[in-house]
Amino acid sequence: MIYLDNAATTLQKPPAVIDAVVSALHNSANASRGAYGEALASSRLIFKTRQKLAEFFGCETDHVVFTSNATESLNIAIQGLFSSGDHIISTDWEHNSVLRPLYRLQREQGVELDFVSADENGALDLASLESLIKDNTKAIVCTHASNVIGDCIDLDVISKFAKAHGLLFILDASQTAGVIPINMEELGISVLCASAHKGLLGPQGVGVLCIAQGVEIRPLKVGGTGIHSFDKNQPQEYPTRLEAGTLNGHGIAGLSAALDFLNETGLSTIHEHEMKLATRFYKGIKQFDSIKIYGDHSKSLRTAVVALNVGSEDASYVSDLLSNEFGIATRPGAHCAPRIHEAMKTQAQGAVRFSFGWYNSTEDVDAAIDALGEITRYLCKDQL
Amino acid sequence: MLQKQKAVVISFDKTVDAMRFDDEHEKGGLPGRLIPLPQEIGSGCGLAWRMKPEEYEEVKAAIDALGVPHKVHTLML
Repeated sequence: MIYLDNAATTLQKPPAVIDAVVSALHNSANASRGAYGEALASSRLIFKTRQKLAEFFGCETDHVVFTSNATESLNIAIQGLFSSGDHIISTDWEHNSVLRPLYRLQREQGVELDFVSADENGALDLASLESLIKDNTKAIVCTHASNVIGDCIDLDVISKFAKAHGLLFILDASQTAGVIPINMEELGISVLCASAHKGLLGPQGVGVLCIAQGVEIRPLKVGGTGIHSFDKNQPQEYPTRLEAGTLNGHGIAGLSAALDFLNETGLSTIHEHEMKLATRFYKGIKQFDSIKIYGDHSKSLRTAVVALNVGSEDASYVSDLLSNEFGIATRPGAHCAPRIHEAMKTQAQGAVRFSFGWYNSTEDVDAAIDALGEITRYLCKDQL
Repeated sequence: MLQKQKAVVISFDKTVDAMRFDDEHEKGGLPGRLIPLPQEIGSGCGLAWRMKPEEYEEVKAAIDALGVPHKVHTLML
């Protein structure tokens, strides 16, 4: 099988990640719940991973919170920072992990929302940002890159905009963490959310929530923390405030090894490799007249994602052909990102997303191009 | 062996600070070790640093250098 669904999760992991998870399963007890060797081993491993993430994203070690996935991180941030009377700006690129918490706040608390619109090719109208500002605007919440088309938002523009208007800046880095460097301090990012299992090359079941100094988030869940057990209230200090319940220490062990791999390999090396593959694929399929490609592929700063459709065929059908006939794994449908599909008018058809990762090769790309060539000839023969 | 002895115990405001100090200990070979937080210090289940009284000065210098908020207790443990 050729795996080209890295934007959903990276299937292949560095061997050290797998070894770290197995080792932790053998040796790690419950962190912060005891002082015997196996409990301390887990506490130390989690602390060191916090340190690595703090350095990786440019924040303080005690402001790195572990969650179960990026969706939980985003829910904690969005539902823990805003309330009635607030206005939030977001974009048409957002995943439902951002949209649904926002819509819930709108529905249940009357929070006002505005979205930077995307055009039919998916491009965001960032020039409209200033026109969306209101007296009660409190934040901008946006993804770093569209999980559908791979275009990146200009973080410098968002950063300057947020600073100019004193807004909180919440970044969904799910599609770029581990591939494109992000420094929270330099960019004035208030909260960064990501999952461990995509570009960070870690296991599923671990999310990351990095918080800037001075940003106070109400806990979404409360419970056991290993400290202040007789206090009826959740401890207020970070990261404990937002980490009720046992952490996924085994998964965090894998993330720790993954961060070592990323630091040793270098993000620029990884991004360059992935973009070389995506560009080869893009150039290879441009020859097929019946294929429509979405997004702006002229920019160098983007992720290795190519979304397309073959004629008017249902994207799910094309993706199934790729899987069943050619052994190529892609992702069809709406990708949990309804607003960009509405902008691109692909609600009914969906799109087929090819996303390349560190463990893909040029042979994988060429096989995908050949497969699309065959599918195109087969599906569009009546249209020629 | 099971007889209680006089010990100096350092408690931390945050668990993450206890781990930060532990991390320094791993690097620098400071005397002492992490223990479950004694109940007479805090009614919870956090972590504290235990050492012999004669080791306190060395540990104090290290913890002051690190700058983490803490409290010092003398207990029979």
